[in-house]
Amino acid sequence: MAIHHRGSRTRRLATITALLTAAAFALTACASGSGGSGAVTENGVTTLTLWTHNGGNDDELAVNQRVVDDFNAGQAGYRVEIQSFPQDAYNDSVTGAATARKLPCILDMDAPNVPNWAWAGYIAPLELPEQLFANQLPSTLGVVDGELYAFGHYDVALNVVTRRSVLEKYGIRVPTLTEPWTKDEFDAALAAIKAGGEYEHPLDLGTSGTGEWAPYAYSPILQSFGGDLIDRNTYTGAQGVLNGPAAIAWAEWMHGLVENGYIARQSGEDSTLDFINGKSAIMWSGSWAADQVTERYGDDVLFLPPVDFGHGPKIGGGSWQWGMSADCSAKDGARAFLEFSAQTKYHVLYATELGLIPATEEAAAQVENFAPDGKYRIFYDLADQFAVQRPVTPAYPFISSVFQKASADIVDGGDPKAILDKAVADIDNNVKQNGNYEF
Amino acid sequence: MSTSAVAPAPPAPSTPPVATPQRAARSRESLLAAAMTAPAVILLIVFFVVPVLLMFGLAFTNARLISPRPPSVVGFDNFLTLFTDSYFWASLRNTAYFAVVVVPVQAGLALVLALLVNAKVRGRNFFRTVYFIPVVTSMVVVSLLWRFIYEPDGLLNQVIRAVSFGYWEGTDWLSNPATAMPAIMLMSIWQAVGFHMVIWLAGLQTIPGELYEAAALDGASRWGMFRHVTWPGLVATRTFILITITISACSLFTQISVMTQGGPLDSTATVVYMAVRTGYEQQSTGYAAAVSLVFFVIVLGISLVQRLLTRERG
Repeated sequence: MAIHHRGSRTRRLATITALLTAAAFALTACASGSGGSGAVTENGVTTLTLWTHNGGNDDELAVNQRVVDDFNAGQAGYRVEIQSFPQDAYNDSVTGAATARKLPCILDMDAPNVPNWAWAGYIAPLELPEQLFANQLPSTLGVVDGELYAFGHYDVALNVVTRRSVLEKYGIRVPTLTEPWTKDEFDAALAAIKAGGEYEHPLDLGTSGTGEWAPYAYSPILQSFGGDLIDRNTYTGAQGVLNGPAAIAWAEWMHGLVENGYIARQSGEDSTLDFINGKSAIMWSGSWAADQVTERYGDDVLFLPPVDFGHGPKIGGGSWQWGMSADCSAKDGARAFLEFSAQTKYHVLYATELGLIPATEEAAAQVENFAPDGKYRIFYDLADQFAVQRPVTPAYPFISSVFQKASADIVDGGDPKAILDKAVADIDNNVKQNGNYEF
Repeated sequence: MSTSAVAPAPPAPSTPPVATPQRAARSRESLLAAAMTAPAVILLIVFFVVPVLLMFGLAFTNARLISPRPPSVVGFDNFLTLFTDSYFWASLRNTAYFAVVVVPVQAGLALVLALLVNAKVRGRNFFRTVYFIPVVTSMVVVSLLWRFIYEPDGLLNQVIRAVSFGYWEGTDWLSNPATAMPAIMLMSIWQAVGFHMVIWLAGLQTIPGELYEAAALDGASRWGMFRHVTWPGLVATRTFILITITISACSLFTQISVMTQGGPLDSTATVVYMAVRTGYEQQSTGYAAAVSLVFFVIVLGISLVQRLLTRERG
């Protein structure tokens, strides 16, 4: 009879385990089955999900929320709900969702990714009236293959940040938009500051930055030397452009900065903080740092145009832009929201709340800092005149990855020709393998 | 999974009655075993076996992470590109360098620590805990901390300066191609040695104390006792530790990704880092699968060789 008891207890145990296992699987299946294609309709109200990269960035998230709240309050048929992600994990989250076909209806994206995501079929052309975006800064529009896929409310501008007192002390001319520094002038300025002994590394290029910072910050310098990331006539290869004489000159100049002690091989974690604390005299940074440095140095701060290395001063362009996923089951709702958010008053809102460059001249006129005689007007002018978009090609993520490694190796002292030749070979190979990324 | 479906039929009269309940109990036991292992086995199959099988297939295609075109078979193209890629050879070299140094050093250091904490001294539980704490700290956190320690004016250089009275300056450990990999080795050994110390400890405690008493009676020295009692008693542990350290050394990734991103000048690139970079950052799933496949074969080969060399003879 002992055996009989053990048997029935064993049987009960086995049954319970089996039931628990089944329940666990049922739960996971249920959990993954929600969401659909980013829009759910109930009782005549369609709720659309909106994804943004502003998780943790309370200021910008608050502005996003204002726009969404105004839209929700202004009409009854659609309701938008925000889901925010931390910026570092955002692109991966979108890629994962796209592979699982669970993208939200509305999402923001970093400008250089727009061509790649359009080519992959993640996002759909907006098909909104053209005059809505007629006067925007070109770098705030995501136009791919002739169609508009995304638009942004703002842009940021790279610039040379320094202090008037430092320039005066070493007898360096203050450059203007029409007369920027030349390469020789800049080299002489760095040599003078270095010789003064006050700064161990006079210039801060942010060499410890990883990810998209390297192409964003260093490819404009490359472009000013006359090189580029890819041949923009055909977008099929980088031969001669990324490894030609201009590019090699750029590479040698970058490495020269390290050798002469003008920059640190690995800059500090936060370039702005280092500049504010007086560790560097000149900083290659962006308009996002403007408020912080002005707070510290007041009128002594100078925001200068980039150096002209031979082909004109150049800065990067293109920041976060809004688009609509191709799978969205409520495209009309998404379009309604995007059109609503494109009003001038929201461009003004983004610019005033966040200190970013407004995307339209009309909005700029209404924002004190960016109006024609505002203290940050220079950023608008830089973005208008010198911004070069990162290459508008679906190959961009690959190009970015290759360039990140190449610029890191160049700063570390590798052979420029070998490094750039390998980068070109990788890019050309990748473009060929993808059938020239044709649409 | 109901047991009633497989309950044995009523025994035929000629069968001895004692055998049937035993058979029934055994089949219930194996059913219970199946039910208990089912969740783990299913998860293993879905998240490990299936991707590995996919890898075998994808390595021969030009699959991409994001693409409007379906993948097509390209035969051995990926492998040809791989074998002419200098980055791959650098990664392989660095991984081998790391494994060759870390395996003996970490295993040896762990054994020394285990012998120390096995001795009957006061506070040995405190030391066991202290040595084990780095193991339970996330590798990402450890990498970030050590990145700050290795900075030009970080903790390590300041200690060096203080200890040598300013004579030695130390260097920029992570930016110097010659010192970047050794720096990462040091940190990795520090982090993982506690884990293997615990395994050696378990092995040490299986050696019966009478053997040591007998050896002491025979007049053996400390070193003699180690060589003739301890070391032979640790054979099984030794094999296990050798294989596990080799495999985890070959899968070096987190530290590289957080601290050096494969630089400077490819001196810290590893095969797993290359696979992740090509597969995810550069979106070339097929190429990354080829990298993984080659690496899988290499690690399998090493494990088999190790198993061969350490198998029990006779």
